[in-house]
Amino acid sequence: MCAKQVKNVQGEVPTTGHEWDGIQEFDNPMPRWWVWMFYATIAFAVWYVIAYPAWPLLNSATQGYLGYDTRQEVEAEIKRFDDANAAIKAKLVAADLGAIAKDDTLNQYATAAGAAVFRTWCAQCHGSGAAGVQGKGYPNLLDNDWLWGGAIEDIHTTISHGIRNTTDADARYSEMPKFGVDGLLEPAQIEEVVEHVLAISGQEHDAAKAAAGATVFADNCAACHAETGTGDRAQGAPNLTDAIWLYGGDRATINHTVTYARFGVMPSWTGRLSEDEIRAVATYVHSLGGGE
Amino acid sequence: MSTTPAKEPSLYVAREPIFPRRVYGQFRNLKWWLMAVLLGIYYLTPWIRWDRGPNLPDQAVLLDLANRRFFFFMIEIWPHEFYFVAGLLIMAGLGLFLFTSAAGRVWCGYACPQTVWTDLYILVERWIEGDRNARIRLHRQKWDAEKIRKRLVKWTVWLLIGLATGGAWIFYFTDAPSLFWALLDGTAHPVAYTTMAILTATTFAFGGFAREQMCIYACPWPRIQAAMMDEDTLTIGYREWRGEPRGKQNVAGNGDCIDCMACVNVCPMGIDIRNGQQLACITCGLCIDACNDIMDKIGKPRGLIGYLALTDETAERAGNPPKSVWRHVFRPRTVLYTALWSAVGVGLVVALFLRTEIDVNVTPVRNPQYVILSDGAVRNTYDLRLRNKHGEDHWFAFAATTNGGEVFVLSLEGEDMLKVKVPANQTRTQRLYITAPSGSIAATRDRTDVRIWIQDLGSDTLPGTDRVHKDTVFNGKAQ
Repeated sequence: MCAKQVKNVQGEVPTTGHEWDGIQEFDNPMPRWWVWMFYATIAFAVWYVIAYPAWPLLNSATQGYLGYDTRQEVEAEIKRFDDANAAIKAKLVAADLGAIAKDDTLNQYATAAGAAVFRTWCAQCHGSGAAGVQGKGYPNLLDNDWLWGGAIEDIHTTISHGIRNTTDADARYSEMPKFGVDGLLEPAQIEEVVEHVLAISGQEHDAAKAAAGATVFADNCAACHAETGTGDRAQGAPNLTDAIWLYGGDRATINHTVTYARFGVMPSWTGRLSEDEIRAVATYVHSLGGGE
Repeated sequence: MSTTPAKEPSLYVAREPIFPRRVYGQFRNLKWWLMAVLLGIYYLTPWIRWDRGPNLPDQAVLLDLANRRFFFFMIEIWPHEFYFVAGLLIMAGLGLFLFTSAAGRVWCGYACPQTVWTDLYILVERWIEGDRNARIRLHRQKWDAEKIRKRLVKWTVWLLIGLATGGAWIFYFTDAPSLFWALLDGTAHPVAYTTMAILTATTFAFGGFAREQMCIYACPWPRIQAAMMDEDTLTIGYREWRGEPRGKQNVAGNGDCIDCMACVNVCPMGIDIRNGQQLACITCGLCIDACNDIMDKIGKPRGLIGYLALTDETAERAGNPPKSVWRHVFRPRTVLYTALWSAVGVGLVVALFLRTEIDVNVTPVRNPQYVILSDGAVRNTYDLRLRNKHGEDHWFAFAATTNGGEVFVLSLEGEDMLKVKVPANQTRTQRLYITAPSGSIAATRDRTDVRIWIQDLGSDTLPGTDRVHKDTVFNGKAQ
């Protein structure tokens, strides 16, 4: 049925004159609507070039009479979201810190917004997963060990004012003496107290030296780290009996810590983050598994 | 071998208007019935009610895009089960292959919306303006009162059909009765009005004016379908060996075709089937009806135009009878398509019955791999997505098992107990902590396979029965 060449009803259609392996191309006229459409796209292109930024110039581009600008669009978009969130932000600032987690909507917003704030401002030191940097003095925020307290109020204070910075008068502050370099303890005494710390944290140690170190500890360290070595959150003194070490819990590292001391600094975020952002990121950190 | 055009051809050509004549016969009747059934399904389906309880919509077929739920009678599809829709699309594709390889473009001729609505629009046109000859007269007439009146009435009815078409479409996406009243008092969402306006305009333009041009210029299917057809495919053809040479009846040497143009006059595509199978032919069968009618009148056997395959041509030219329809339809190719189609269908039905009413996805948090707690225990965190497909709020409980019987301590973020309430027909994200005590095997081994179990505790009134699990890995602190 298909063997016969199909002819146009109006008569023979000319070919384009090309031939490839016996295949010729009919030169059928185009449908009129198609041609109109083609002219319409040309008209549209001309209009577009006049109405919208189109031609690149040296430093910018032609403006277009509609004044369209993607930057304005982004600003409007950001403002739209800020306006949409204004109510819940006000509610977050007004809420009692302890009540945020119990309010589903507030908690959902605070955790999501806090995660965004965290990724932008906190992840540089504490890591994108909030696990800190093991042994480098950037605390892991996921575990249940806190230097300055893990209740939402404590976390909020720490973020608001920071630790040991010089910019915020309310910053959390404490300073460990440089027992070695300042000559407060003899190298032998330091060795003894290190054995004692190894002992109370349940690690392999020299029992004789540790016993001598207990006295050194009671005289020099217990004021901050407590008699039993469990630390004191009021001074940010770490618990020396648990499995978590900010700078490392092996013999050499503890020796280094006692000799040179440590002075970890966290910036103050008041003024850099708004109160609703600080509350949001505090809620987020509190929800990571270590919150008290 | 190029023919030089005598004169420069025009760059464009206007559409030749087509005025299909009314025709009677078995294919026309089949098309009427199909039109009634298909349009009935399209317009009425959104109004079928289906009781699913107080928390779920009671529309039998509903594509709830806003809440990401598809409802189809007793079946509810969630976004993560979209493979059911993919499966249905595969079945639709295979079905199209099957029908095309067996009987050519039956989809185009009988079931395609473009064909069905164009048929309806031509029906309206015939009611208002009369049959072919009256319409040709009206077309050539000056724009006098009669022509203006008839055109306005026709376009109004077309617009109303278009409006009903666009209207029915949006009813599939939200509760039909409430949207109907909202549309009337002007409170419906602008998207509803916009969609309606667009679909009204396209129905009006495609069914009323574009018609066969959609099939010839816009639709890819006529160009693809050739790949599905072979010499055994039944398609509409003209028995040239019987009809030619065409001419006056009862003149010696002439064939059966009396060149009455009945087949051309009834054709909605405006083609002459006697020129052979062609791209524009949608195989609607109306030329068969028209020709059979004429053959009856001049006392010749029916079937000068009819469904036949390429192999039949060879057979009939040699004077042999054509193959039976069944021998055309049942051949390896169509059997294979049917088998594939059925396999996908059976697979979907089985998957449908294996679904549970609750579901869980487990994403282990691997940043960091694990967390050491102050007592030396090792904790892993898992983000769970809990799905409750019931119409009531259900309580879910949690457990973790291992092959080696390692002991774990489980806890949930923000919850005191090891159970949470998942709202009706919703997903809840929940953080699960699994802790291996200090010094235990799992705490000191690189990785331990863990199976997390979710038990449906039921709603506040009814007990739950389902239990689902997902396998994951617990990371310890390798020594």
